Amino acid sequence: MHMNDQLDQTADDSLRQSMDVDIACVGFGPAMGGFLTTLARGMSDESAPLESRAMPGMPPQVICYERADDIGFGVSGVVTKARGIRATFPDFDPAQIPLTAPVKKEKVLYLLDPIGASRRPALMKMADAAIKTFKAILPYYEDYAFRLPYIPPFLEKHGGYVMSIGQFNQWVGAQLMGSGMVQIWPGTPVNKALTEDGKVVGIRLADQGVDKQGKPDACFMPGMDIKAALTVIGDGPVGPVGRQLNSELGMPEGHHQREWAVGMKMVVDLPESCTLEPGTVIHTFGYPEPEIFGFMYIYPDRVASLGIFVPSWFDNPVRTTYRYLQHWMQHPALWKHLNGGRLRSWGAKTLQEAGRRGEPLLAGDGYARIGEGSGSTNVLTGSGVDEAWTTGVQLAEGVLEILKAGKPFTRENLEAAYVARRRASWVDEESKVAERARDGFGSGFIQGMIGMALAGFTGGRIAWPGNPLRPHERIPSIEEYYRGRISPQEIEAIRADCKARGAALHDALMEKAGWPAIQLDGQLLVSHQDALLMGGKVQAPAGYADHVAFTHPEICAKCAEQTCVEVCSAQAITARAGGGVPEFDREKCVHCGGCLWNCTKANPQDPEHAVLDFRAGAGGLHSAEN
Amino acid sequence: MTQPLHIVVCGSIVPDPLQTLEPVSTPAGPGLKNEMMLPAVLDPWAACGLFEAANLAKQVAGSKVYLVSLGPKAKLQQVMMTVAQKFPFELVAVDGPAGGFTEAAQVAEALAGAINAIPGLDKANMLVFGGWASASRAAGATMQMLGEKLGITDQFQGVDECKVQPDGSLRILERIEGGRHQVSICQGPPIVCGWATGNLPEPPNNPQVGMMNMRAIMPALQKAKPAQVAQDGVEWVTVQLPQQRRDTRIVKDVPIEEMAQEIVEWIKK
Repeated sequence: MHMNDQLDQTADDSLRQSMDVDIACVGFGPAMGGFLTTLARGMSDESAPLESRAMPGMPPQVICYERADDIGFGVSGVVTKARGIRATFPDFDPAQIPLTAPVKKEKVLYLLDPIGASRRPALMKMADAAIKTFKAILPYYEDYAFRLPYIPPFLEKHGGYVMSIGQFNQWVGAQLMGSGMVQIWPGTPVNKALTEDGKVVGIRLADQGVDKQGKPDACFMPGMDIKAALTVIGDGPVGPVGRQLNSELGMPEGHHQREWAVGMKMVVDLPESCTLEPGTVIHTFGYPEPEIFGFMYIYPDRVASLGIFVPSWFDNPVRTTYRYLQHWMQHPALWKHLNGGRLRSWGAKTLQEAGRRGEPLLAGDGYARIGEGSGSTNVLTGSGVDEAWTTGVQLAEGVLEILKAGKPFTRENLEAAYVARRRASWVDEESKVAERARDGFGSGFIQGMIGMALAGFTGGRIAWPGNPLRPHERIPSIEEYYRGRISPQEIEAIRADCKARGAALHDALMEKAGWPAIQLDGQLLVSHQDALLMGGKVQAPAGYADHVAFTHPEICAKCAEQTCVEVCSAQAITARAGGGVPEFDREKCVHCGGCLWNCTKANPQDPEHAVLDFRAGAGGLHSAEN
Repeated sequence: MTQPLHIVVCGSIVPDPLQTLEPVSTPAGPGLKNEMMLPAVLDPWAACGLFEAANLAKQVAGSKVYLVSLGPKAKLQQVMMTVAQKFPFELVAVDGPAGGFTEAAQVAEALAGAINAIPGLDKANMLVFGGWASASRAAGATMQMLGEKLGITDQFQGVDECKVQPDGSLRILERIEGGRHQVSICQGPPIVCGWATGNLPEPPNNPQVGMMNMRAIMPALQKAKPAQVAQDGVEWVTVQLPQQRRDTRIVKDVPIEEMAQEIVEWIKK
């Protein structure tokens, strides 16, 4: 069965409308920002006017559809060298964009475990003990944290910016709409790409006026078909259109997308006592679990963007990002800056960390792929926005070339005009260095860190060997993960109690393993549901189908881990009281897509994928500060 | 026979209702913290009027809907990217603050000026719609003052329904105490309706309508004239948000009656 079959929400095509444009774009993020900015500038060139083929006499009709309810929602704060962004905007002035500052100071902190609940390998425990023994004479030790005296050049962001991508996207989007050359429509999920004999001929928007199962309801309106000579896909790491094409057209030989991370973050009003200056960048590793990385970026006006990444190689079947975020914030090295602060905004997103190895077919007849879903994120340098932006620029330069030459958007023409540009650029060169950088993490945290250093310092020539596994091959059972810490009998008792209450397991298991309960302060340490309301302002419009689907309910009902429940960034997927298939509440989903790549049950028809599908859906975060 | 209607809907933007709002003092008077960063939506009260206007225009052949919006241009542009896909309308934009710290009479004056300047507007067959109240300017006085400035004496507030009858008269339902409606029959336009919630759901997005609307919306935004609505003659003595207390409890499968009872007990505490 092709994913395309699953995505046809309604079989009744008699009411379906169709519209012709020249270029249809899916998803508005940094990559699409780069694409549309460059394209709009090229189209405004009066010396070489371009004409629409879809609407003769008009300029080319370029339309972009974005799932989120506004163009700055559902993204994140970043630190970036901004090489590509500055090439597009040579006079880039950070003061023009709220929550943006030049990088002033960078620190990398190795966080020790002040609680004693962290699951640390023996070598790390020895290192921790040595640091604690010599802390009095160690110049870089303070508050249970050891500051690395040296930051490898491949990690440095000196000369770059900390910025809110929500605000940056709004700034870019306003200029684009003001140009009148392109249209961007938020609140419009794209259901799928329309394919004919391996060619992409446009897109189909999601049906409106349907019930949770996608059946016609009040105000039914089948998703419109947008036919286009070129479809540009930039719908991010978990976008349904990109994944449909991966499934339908296949991935290049040896490529797969098995490495991911959930990034969860907060934007915080820092307390008066905080002395960190704007442009400060703090990266952390080692706590609350060794595999969890953290970041804190200081914006102007005493505001910080901070959060953690929980990567796919962290093989905890009850991997709750929110709870780990709360423990991370309370680490003494961070809490001294945060205590007394107030939550302003909250959100989560998935990162596609397979990088070059996860690169799909970048172009084909009638389509091209850009941004994170096209494998542009560099996992060694910890940079994705600038790379995504640059791939968009490269495609736009190629598209303008093709339009000016009056050529069709065939695979050959797009490969010559776009893929060749990408291959010749710093994005591609650096992605080769990063390609095997994280393979070591499959063997362990320390091997992973050594592997990153080897890859970084040898230009990718040497790396720790490893082969990324699929979730069902990698994530152990709960009993195995907690072996030696919680007995199988205790786990069974916790499982029975949680099953009866319809509760997730993670809080009970973490507390049994020694993590203290979170003392909520109502300001920064708030319940998960309050984070949705106070920080995420999460909502979903009526009339759309559920976008999370349990494709094999008989497997889900028997699943002992139900990692989808444990990992859900917004408690939108919850355990069913008494057991059974988990429940999904569309109105809480932040569209992070963590459920998609954490499912531990292989799809019987396609073991590369799982038994949970993440489809086109509306709604999500309503904060543009992330 | 019913004449084509010219329905003028007055509605601007407000911060997305779930946002955390914090009043602050600015050199230009009171404002909201991070106001330009807050996501905005079309004022929900006015939006109900707009949906009703679109529905009426569909029923009476040849009718036309205008949306007159007083708000900061950049934010208006952003909100129009969502609203413009709903149904055909013509935007008349007036550039000015929309944060709520404006005076109703000044706002009414600016809106009346913008309406009077609409070329080809058939004032004899005009329905002026807007929010009964507003999510940011909740005084509930703007529409009434606007009607007076436009010389329209038939005014209805808290409207939930406005139907055109076969003889061209208008049947209007206004909210009154006790969850009931007052039914009025009005001979015909011009009238002013301050809408409550109406009865219509939000229309689905139609990309073709969006494309068509946007061709006129962008020039309208570029032409937007500045309005003086928060300058002189208004002094704000105090500004504060309503007190709020948040208690979150997650429940599943609890009957509505039980939930309502728990909320009552919570309020009593």
